[in-house]
Amino acid sequence: MSRSTPLRDVHESLGATLTDFAGWLMPLRYGSESAEHNAVRTAAGLFDLSHMGEIFVTGPQAGQALDYALVGHLSALVPGRARYTMIVNERGGVLDDLIVYRLGDEEFMVVANASNYEKVAAELADRAKPYDAAVEDRSDRYALIAVQGPRAQEILATLTDADLPGLKYYAGLPGVVDGRQALIARTGYTGEDGFELFVANEDAVPLWHALTRAGEPYGLRPAGLSSRDTLRLEAGMPLYGNELGPDLTPFDAGLGRVVKFDKPGDFVGRSALEAVKDTPPRRRLVGLVARGRRVPRHGYPVTKDGAVVGEVTSGAPSQTLGKPIAMAYVDTGAGEGLAVDIRGSHEAMDLVELPFYRRNK
Amino acid sequence: MSDIPDELSYTKEHEWIAGLDEAITVTIGVTAYAAEALGDVVFVQLPDAGATVAAGDSVGEVESTKSVSEIYSPVGGEIVEVNQAVVDDPSLVNNDPYGEGWMFRVRVEGDPEDLLSAEEYTALTSGES
Repeated sequence: MSRSTPLRDVHESLGATLTDFAGWLMPLRYGSESAEHNAVRTAAGLFDLSHMGEIFVTGPQAGQALDYALVGHLSALVPGRARYTMIVNERGGVLDDLIVYRLGDEEFMVVANASNYEKVAAELADRAKPYDAAVEDRSDRYALIAVQGPRAQEILATLTDADLPGLKYYAGLPGVVDGRQALIARTGYTGEDGFELFVANEDAVPLWHALTRAGEPYGLRPAGLSSRDTLRLEAGMPLYGNELGPDLTPFDAGLGRVVKFDKPGDFVGRSALEAVKDTPPRRRLVGLVARGRRVPRHGYPVTKDGAVVGEVTSGAPSQTLGKPIAMAYVDTGAGEGLAVDIRGSHEAMDLVELPFYRRNK
Repeated sequence: MSDIPDELSYTKEHEWIAGLDEAITVTIGVTAYAAEALGDVVFVQLPDAGATVAAGDSVGEVESTKSVSEIYSPVGGEIVEVNQAVVDDPSLVNNDPYGEGWMFRVRVEGDPEDLLSAEEYTALTSGES
């Protein structure tokens, strides 16, 4: 039985196609997913992300506990700022990718993926034991609504007095939105400017309606997980379970920069990651653009001269490029001349640098 | 509830067949129900005109943002025409599944696969939704 977010009835009244995602019944799309994708690129989209997990780490040694538990240097984070980071196992394999917000000197919020947050909360609690810090999974209390797109700031500004222009990318501040307490964060997973609003469950429905009304003159439309996936793929952002997993290190995924070896003290996975950090990985994550119109998809083999040299991790038709695109792990040194085996037909692919799409700032 | 016109016949694979009663050449496409379930169609691959098919043969593919499905011929015979417009503009499948989004025409030989009436197809799709 899938779990529902506080916004399920709203999604149904909007005619959403609902789908099970990581045990949650979530909107896949409301109408045309291409139109939702384009709305986020050109105006704004409204997303229900309440399936994400919110884990609070508090106490005098909360920062040190996170330094030990995660690969990042979280004790160095300034209150009000956020970091993209990861939790790995002893072998350096990725258990989840995370955004950590420092809300105060002794208070952090760890945002984890829906499929992983229970595991992450348990790992954090275990790893924090030697420290004067408390770990509490508050995922069941919070809803998360995102407004993403070039018009996001104008829309949100009609509902809050918070200093949005002063809020930097990867920063978050407590504020009042439409009369409701919210953590307003300038983060997202679409490649556009935008905000993520963490609110109490009971405030989710009225906030959604307020944002819908405020966004109407700006072309805001509700957007489902289908467009969220194509947006993040164009932006070259990894998805746990596709580009990231327990058998891959952050270095395999080309994200070794999140591992902070120069922070003080030991951390889980340090020795395993130090052993591989200067070793070129066997495969690296690359971008592929199809020359034809057939779509490379998750799990399809990447080939060169008929031999398998890799595997597609995510693929979709790209609205922005007008061609199918994919991320894939490909043998280092495979070079150009790649194809993807699309149900028996080897379709030519061009190798490109990630991301596929970068917004004009 | 998706549109399911009375005058058409249907298959369990969510295709429609027009013209079965009047002529030996029938027109085939996918239903509105299938188009909605697929989402935005981005690619359609159709058989070559002139090809001979048996009832139940896979003759092409429909790809949407999230998925790919095969197209089956519900009747055996010769493919006499394919809709190049839907190949060039796959969104016709979403916008007009029973009209401009038609896929191919077959000159029928032999008996079709088990076909469903509009009423039976309505029952099938309401059971799935």
